[in-house]
Amino acid sequence: MTEAVEHSVPLSSRRVTGSGLAMVAATLIALVSLIPLGFIVMVAAGSGWDETVRLVFRPKVGELLLNTLWLELITLPLSIVLGVTLAWLTERTDLRGAGLWAGLMVAPLGVPAFVQSYAWSSAFPSFHGLAGAVAIALISYFPFVYLPVAAQLRRLDPALEDNAASLGLRPLAVFMRVVLPQLRLSICAGALLVGLHLLGEYGLFVLMRYDTFATAIVDQFQSVYDGPAANLLGGVLVLCCVVLLGGEAVLRGDRRYARIGSGSARRAVPAPLGHWLVPSLLLLTAVAAVALGVTFVTLGRWLWFGGAAVWKLDQIGAALGQTALYALLAGLVATALAMPMAWIAVRSPGRWQRLLEAGHLYVGALPGIIVALALVAITVRVALPLYQTVATLVVAYALIFLPRALTGLRSSIAQVPVELERAAMNLGRSPVASVWQVTMRLAFPGIAASILMVALGAANELTATLMLAPNGTRTLATKFWALTSELDYAAAAPYAVLLIVVSMPLTLLLRRQSNRAIGQ
Amino acid sequence: MTLLSLTGVSRTYGEVVALDRVDLSVKVGGLTAVVGASGSGKTTLLRLIAGFEAPDAGRIEMGGTVLAGGSGFVPAHRRGIGLVAQEGALFPHLSAGANIAFGMEGSEQDRRVAELLRAVELDPALAQRMPHELSGGQQQRVALARALARRPRLMLFDEPFSALDAGLRANMREMVKARLGAEGITGILVTHDQQEALSFADQLVVLEDGRIVQAGDPRELYQQPRTERLARFLGDALVVDAAVAGGEAMTALGRVRVGKATAEGRARILLRPEQIRLVPWSEGQPAAEILSASFEGPITVVKFRANGATFTIKCSSAEAPVQGRASIIVLGTGHPVAAA
Repeated sequence: MTEAVEHSVPLSSRRVTGSGLAMVAATLIALVSLIPLGFIVMVAAGSGWDETVRLVFRPKVGELLLNTLWLELITLPLSIVLGVTLAWLTERTDLRGAGLWAGLMVAPLGVPAFVQSYAWSSAFPSFHGLAGAVAIALISYFPFVYLPVAAQLRRLDPALEDNAASLGLRPLAVFMRVVLPQLRLSICAGALLVGLHLLGEYGLFVLMRYDTFATAIVDQFQSVYDGPAANLLGGVLVLCCVVLLGGEAVLRGDRRYARIGSGSARRAVPAPLGHWLVPSLLLLTAVAAVALGVTFVTLGRWLWFGGAAVWKLDQIGAALGQTALYALLAGLVATALAMPMAWIAVRSPGRWQRLLEAGHLYVGALPGIIVALALVAITVRVALPLYQTVATLVVAYALIFLPRALTGLRSSIAQVPVELERAAMNLGRSPVASVWQVTMRLAFPGIAASILMVALGAANELTATLMLAPNGTRTLATKFWALTSELDYAAAAPYAVLLIVVSMPLTLLLRRQSNRAIGQ
Repeated sequence: MTLLSLTGVSRTYGEVVALDRVDLSVKVGGLTAVVGASGSGKTTLLRLIAGFEAPDAGRIEMGGTVLAGGSGFVPAHRRGIGLVAQEGALFPHLSAGANIAFGMEGSEQDRRVAELLRAVELDPALAQRMPHELSGGQQQRVALARALARRPRLMLFDEPFSALDAGLRANMREMVKARLGAEGITGILVTHDQQEALSFADQLVVLEDGRIVQAGDPRELYQQPRTERLARFLGDALVVDAAVAGGEAMTALGRVRVGKATAEGRARILLRPEQIRLVPWSEGQPAAEILSASFEGPITVVKFRANGATFTIKCSSAEAPVQGRASIIVLGTGHPVAAA
């Protein structure tokens, strides 16, 4: 009898229960992801006005602000110009081997910025300060602009450019008045990523001997754990992020630039380079040589000098094993945490869902260093046994890379028609079983990709790992960092090679993702 | 007087011949429609005229100036040829007004934008709207105004009405014709819609596999196409076997008048369904045995047999026979067509 009653429960109300559970889970996870923000509020509220004034309004902070300002003001325009120019060359001209060049222009993302910095500072020891910092940041981060701009160039409706020409505009004017305005969103998105990386990056700037908030925070942190100075600097850093995010939002505007209607299916006619061919090839070659060549040659040299002695396989193997374990755990945890949100975003979108999603996504804009500071503060004050444990480190990774997991998952779940889930329920599966056996099964490639994307990110994360890892932890990144700090460049080289090997697949994934986003 | 002339124009993409030795001339102030199935080369033809691409061979001239051919090539932005593309191709980052003013030079642009909006029968207040805030028909009108703003001598229309629904399409077509006529602008319309081509143009050009199959007055092409294939492409057709003698053709539908010049002997004769009337049966008339009649509102599709052959025509529902026998009356003349 009970069974009969249970069976008579209409499907719709069961579905509500199912998505209700997911909603509760997503809400809890969104709350967890608010921890770093809560920490900042706590710091601001708890430090007392006088101490805050004393710690924030001092020459050192002013100097850091100026340093940060210079860094952003010089690097951002250069990244935009370089990224857009290279994207146009590889996407819109009759350049031969454009596909290969495009690959080379994304490849610098596969070299962690601190490895890039290590190669340059060991090859040219006098190369440091603002110029060095800008140069290394530029070659490490310009692909963040290049990728979305190239993708957008490919999906622009060529009919618009045809029309502009038939309205009497020269090719350059067509680019400036029609193409460039439509690249605005991609440029803003790319530049925001560059700007946030500039704020959050630690290793690069330490090696270039350029003080930023991130380097100062780690310095402070290493002398006093959970000290008010580091925490307040963290607060200022978050303010900088907020300024950057706000600036981007203002520049981006709320206009819709999507193409209207389906547009023409044709691809744009490639612009003939003519006598610009040689300068263009020179530029591309120079970028590839500077962004990849120097690092690879330097690494090769150190490996040559070091010979077989630097390949301490036991140590390297241990670091590799530990890195793989942590990275995989991070991938699994982040993907599991992102799952309820991804499912809700696809299956029952709404206002509350958008709010929750914003909660999931904002941590991506925070530097890893802030997440680390927050988790240190929380564990030290509330849950000391968790301080400097693998669990805390994995949670930090999961929070830092939560947006990465979410975006990948959402698109792969969106590709599974809801009708299949309903069909499974009509055939007698419970809602949870339907989702698990149908949707998750079909979305599995996307789930695997999401785990991989997070794992690759965690594998070469340096700052949070330095701050949170249990004593004696030796991941590829921290071991590399320890050896580099001892100026043992030769011994660091094998780790650098492994970090690059770990990062390169990410560039392929990113490229595929940006191509798929535009349906190619 | 000829405004535009194409002589022996060819264009290939790799192995594919998109246009094969096309000759075409367009009169000043004329309206030409180029019709063809997809892949027939009509868009390529338009792109060559607009100057987005150069022909591999042949010559394009406008008003005595060589636009392409020999060593010369005038790029699109110097040709002064207007273009209204499929779905309008409005710049999504500019308001309707800014779109219209995009190619303008000189002062008083706001006033001219308002004038142009009125000319395309839109409220000048729409100038502030962004393209995605406009309906499909409004977008097309803005695109037309944008092209008109340059006062081009020649305007190209690349299937501009295909995204609109049927009522709006006819309305837009009439508006475009009226505007072009009022401004004395020559127009070339590319479309895959035969009815649109027939009603728009005073010169109809039919493209097939990159070649011009036939060009001329739309009425003439419709009634007297050279081939059966073209006859069917331009509309519903009844092509019947006939024996021609003395200005008449004996067909399964009875006697049909044919042109005086028609050669005697066996022939295939084209009749359009609207030339056939099925009237109440009377002795001595050619007979039709009604097989089925399916009602579709204003018209009824009638299937009938006459002299052993089966035909399907659309009749006015007011007089369509439903069953039994009817007499066949053939209006006008038949026209012989080649089998190919």
